[in-house]
Amino acid sequence: MADQDTPLINELEKGPWPSYVKEIKRAAKKNAAAKDLLGVQEQSFKDRITHWKHGGIVGVTGYGGGVIGRYVDMPEEFPNLEMFHTMRVNHPSGWFYTTEALRKVCDIWEKYGSGMTNFHGSTGDIILLGTSTQNLQPCFDELAENGFDLGGSGSALRTPSACVGPARCEYACIDTLDICNNLTHEFQDEMHRPRWPYKFKIKVSGCCNDGVAAIARADLSIIGTWKDTLRIDQEEVRNYVKNGFDIKGIVIDKCPTKALDWDEKKKELVLRAEDCVRCMHCINKMPKALRPGLDRGATLLIGAKAPIVKGAYLSWVLVPFMKMEPPYDEVKTLLRNIWEWWDENGRTRERVAELIERLGLKAFLKAVGIKPVPQMVYKPRANPYVFFE
Amino acid sequence: MGKTDLGPPDYRTMLPKVIEKNYGKWKYHEILKPGVLKHVSETGDEVFTVRVGSPRLVSIDYIRDICDVADKYCDGHLRFTSRYNIELMTPKKENVEPIIAAVQKLGLPVGGTGNAISNVVHTQGWVHCHSAATDSSGLVKAIMDELYPYFISMKLPARLRVALACCINMCGAVHCSDIAIVGVHTKPPKVDNSKVTALCEIPTTLSSCPTGAIRKDPSNPKSLVVNDEKCMYCGNCYTVCPAMPLADSVGDGVAIYVGGKVSNARTAPMFSRLAIPYIPNNPPRWPEVVSAIKNIVEVYAKHAHPEERMGEWIERVGWESFFKLTGIPFTEYHIDDFTHAIDTYRTTTQFRW
Repeated sequence: MADQDTPLINELEKGPWPSYVKEIKRAAKKNAAAKDLLGVQEQSFKDRITHWKHGGIVGVTGYGGGVIGRYVDMPEEFPNLEMFHTMRVNHPSGWFYTTEALRKVCDIWEKYGSGMTNFHGSTGDIILLGTSTQNLQPCFDELAENGFDLGGSGSALRTPSACVGPARCEYACIDTLDICNNLTHEFQDEMHRPRWPYKFKIKVSGCCNDGVAAIARADLSIIGTWKDTLRIDQEEVRNYVKNGFDIKGIVIDKCPTKALDWDEKKKELVLRAEDCVRCMHCINKMPKALRPGLDRGATLLIGAKAPIVKGAYLSWVLVPFMKMEPPYDEVKTLLRNIWEWWDENGRTRERVAELIERLGLKAFLKAVGIKPVPQMVYKPRANPYVFFE
Repeated sequence: MGKTDLGPPDYRTMLPKVIEKNYGKWKYHEILKPGVLKHVSETGDEVFTVRVGSPRLVSIDYIRDICDVADKYCDGHLRFTSRYNIELMTPKKENVEPIIAAVQKLGLPVGGTGNAISNVVHTQGWVHCHSAATDSSGLVKAIMDELYPYFISMKLPARLRVALACCINMCGAVHCSDIAIVGVHTKPPKVDNSKVTALCEIPTTLSSCPTGAIRKDPSNPKSLVVNDEKCMYCGNCYTVCPAMPLADSVGDGVAIYVGGKVSNARTAPMFSRLAIPYIPNNPPRWPEVVSAIKNIVEVYAKHAHPEERMGEWIERVGWESFFKLTGIPFTEYHIDDFTHAIDTYRTTTQFRW
């Protein structure tokens, strides 16, 4: 595939943002499949449709997932893409790496795959893009020899992910990395052997800024919070104000519950703790002066998902506050209860939130043994159609 | 057969020394300039982070290049963010400028912090996906070339999160982004009944349809028919039944949704909502999509108050003002008629002209 053969995608080598086309061209110098990938990209840009087919179960021995089978629909033109499967490799919590580990993955992928990758897929895995069926097992074996394993795919637990958490963030109210790592190791069987109605995702954010979008994307969203009062360093508050920070406009007026005031006389930030809903805004704006409280734990929410099938959902509050200490037995038991109820009652391709909507939150709470509390709803029902027991 | 169920590598073996030592002890942080963070620990230790924009779809040699920089300046450690940025961390302040110079030499931008447009979360598109209605990496490249000045600066009223999904499956879960770009098909699947029995499980295919548009053909129980009137082209059937392709070189294109957020800061998380129902695909650079996004960003930047996310600004001024200010026509497509539609119908006499 010479440069003159790809006039359309060559256009995407121009401009200030780094170019993935240049990346495919780099890989193409060493690998025939990557070379054909350039060709099929150009073909799609010309035809304005995709040229990929799916279907055909491929994988590694002992697993029902972690590999996505992929085939080009023009195998005569692009023989090296006849099979172009994806391997999802479970990333370390927080996406921290040593260069030694990363170089190892690169070397293995140079040997068995196209040399193209995603760092990372949107769920969090390292995505190794493009290999043949016969290379899957040796590639997996070599990854395992070097401490890497496959992530989730299909109707299984998908690779959990977590924000940077206490590793490098003062906002983290829970140990996101440890929770993510611990749960992933606990539920290897659920991840590698799909057997549920559909996919199930877990994401762990250290605070309600929600750096991994748990509330929008995870069937179980674990989001750090605190129960006592946020901490104020008045001296640092004064420093912000002294340096020209618009405390009234940026902080006081933006507090959603009007829980803050600036006492001009005393030069003090006044907090009405009972009104604070711990939204993080003031802390975000004055991280040197304000910090989360010390009675820390997580809010657990259930059900977030993208539109397929019944529409998109944000997660619903399930447990307003849970202490999160290893070995995290409480959340593990809850997960097992959720999965049992969903597995028992869910239809094919019905996410847990859709099942809750179909059978009612009341039935779900009863099944998983959680008592209703007002924090679960914005407001009580307005209709009189109550089923008394 | 080798080892199985090892699970992911232990993150503790991957942490830089300064992170290991100060784990859970961080006190505060500052953004020194776009793309450069300083975190200060209770112990007095500091760590400097250089955030680097990355195209996500990269070769192994690219990863090796980044590793070279990390070996030279970061004791052989690095991390990635959930938005595909690379973070190079060092306890030595004097390493910051050399790191920036080294990544810029590789052609990579430094930024994406604070009130900026960070990297675009996206899906596979034409590079790897069977159900893509548009490309991902190519369209993202075209968009980020245009929005680049917002990545390397922090001049917006608040952070602005852009995400792209190449079909309405939204495997990138873009539905809570300030600006969400979504590939849309606009024509029903073409059923290839000669392949249905070989490739598809009929009950699964029937139940995959959100609107119940797929039925067994009464005259031939081994084939399927689609009620075109009820089809909204989600492609969910195609994902379970490869005999129902719906990609169309003329009909496929892009929709733009706005105003979503996942953070709980100030306001509750919210969904992105439809701004532009359809723009046809126009590779290689999708100029119509890029200029539509630029327009929305510029109108937001001009009118939003400080600290107001896109959705918060729109809620304050009202959707009628959003459509007026952006010049985007409001059409019948903007009115929801799916499962939770009535929640969006206005039940007050309060509005603006």
